[in-house]
Amino acid sequence: MIAVVNSGGANISSVNFALKRLGAEVTFTNDPNIISNAQKVILPGVGTAATAMKRLKEFKLIDCIRNLTQPVLGICLGMQILFEHSQEADIDLLGVIPGKLKRFNESNCGIVPHMGWNKVQIITKSELLNQIPQNTYFYFVHSFFMGESQNTLGISNYGENFSAVISFNNFFGCQFHPERSGRYGAQILKNFLEI
Amino acid sequence: MLAKRIIPCLDVKNGRVVKGVQFRNHRDMGDICELAQRYADDGADELVFYDITASSEGRVVDKSWVNKVARLINIPFCVAGGIRTHNDAEKILNDGADKISINSPALERPELISDLAKTFGSQCVVVGVDSRREDGSYFVYQYTGDQRTTIKSRYSTSRWVSLVQKLGAGEIVLNCMNNDGMINGYDIVQLSSIRKILTIPLIASGGAGEMHHFQDVFNKCDVSGALAASVFHSDIFRISDLKNFLKQKKVEIRL
Repeated sequence: MIAVVNSGGANISSVNFALKRLGAEVTFTNDPNIISNAQKVILPGVGTAATAMKRLKEFKLIDCIRNLTQPVLGICLGMQILFEHSQEADIDLLGVIPGKLKRFNESNCGIVPHMGWNKVQIITKSELLNQIPQNTYFYFVHSFFMGESQNTLGISNYGENFSAVISFNNFFGCQFHPERSGRYGAQILKNFLEI
Repeated sequence: MLAKRIIPCLDVKNGRVVKGVQFRNHRDMGDICELAQRYADDGADELVFYDITASSEGRVVDKSWVNKVARLINIPFCVAGGIRTHNDAEKILNDGADKISINSPALERPELISDLAKTFGSQCVVVGVDSRREDGSYFVYQYTGDQRTTIKSRYSTSRWVSLVQKLGAGEIVLNCMNNDGMINGYDIVQLSSIRKILTIPLIASGGAGEMHHFQDVFNKCDVSGALAASVFHSDIFRISDLKNFLKQKKVEIRL
């Protein structure tokens, strides 16, 4: 069973729908027991890091997520909050992966948010990226980003290089939305289900 | 580099896709899900559904199709039309839409933009702007869904889009009314000047009739995407053909 963390907020049902299209058995929940015992956990999220952290705290999910040992996939904001700190409102995050998030700079990128389809260059092989061709386009929507680090599997460029796909121990993350990234996005979710 | 987005817009009335001329004589074009899937398969980067079902009849407009589309397709989509309140927006986003687009209600109550952006994030708040050229200046029009109710708002286009951005919108769709339905190209002059005063994505709308119109608007205005309806609905050309054409012309496009 796959637990999709209901961290609150609108606009996260599309992850459930994408998993169901792949035939996965999905439970959408904020119950720490169910999440801890799931085979795999997906942490979706849109909105702001501050709101997401506040909700995880409310649902007593902070330690639950930190202590997960099964494969975990963070998507977009769900990936971002796996890191230590965000420039966004200067707040502390879950801190399971080293690194600090920065905001795209209008003077550098021209237009913020980074919204639309951008190419991902795979720099480290991973089972999460099986059958994904080099420089495939994925759908991004974000204003904050994690730079390139030793945990980066795929990079994308918007004014500067940033982490589009990451992994650290049992934690994986996509900055883009695989559930809205056409067939290759679906392939990434399928790969995660098969890890 | 970010690819330029090709965005078909589908008019929805009473749960069906329709096509009308000047918002009248609507002809049934088919099932929402079937058409959404067809455009997604043909390479659309995003879809916009504009619900033109009249809400003035004092009833709640049935938007159950939003959830059906969300379950079906794997590209982002935006819902426009009839979203007047925080609750309207929340319902549509919960049903699985990626973005909501507001137009006249934002002109009535600009604080609706900041309210939605704070709750749901700027990325899902799109503001549609209907702009008309008069004596060399551009003005925002309101209630453009029906010619009988259309009025000129108190805003010049440049003043309104600046305010919209300041209030936290994540994207602006600029519908250039003089070009709309004329199929002689996007309003390059207006789109260029508006692009220069914004730091959020701008989507061009109104006037597409031929493939090179898309090439022009991307090369000359640096817009993030181009929205079109009739060229796709009438099968003047297919999205996949358009995208191949643009790729050949060195426009950054996702194939």
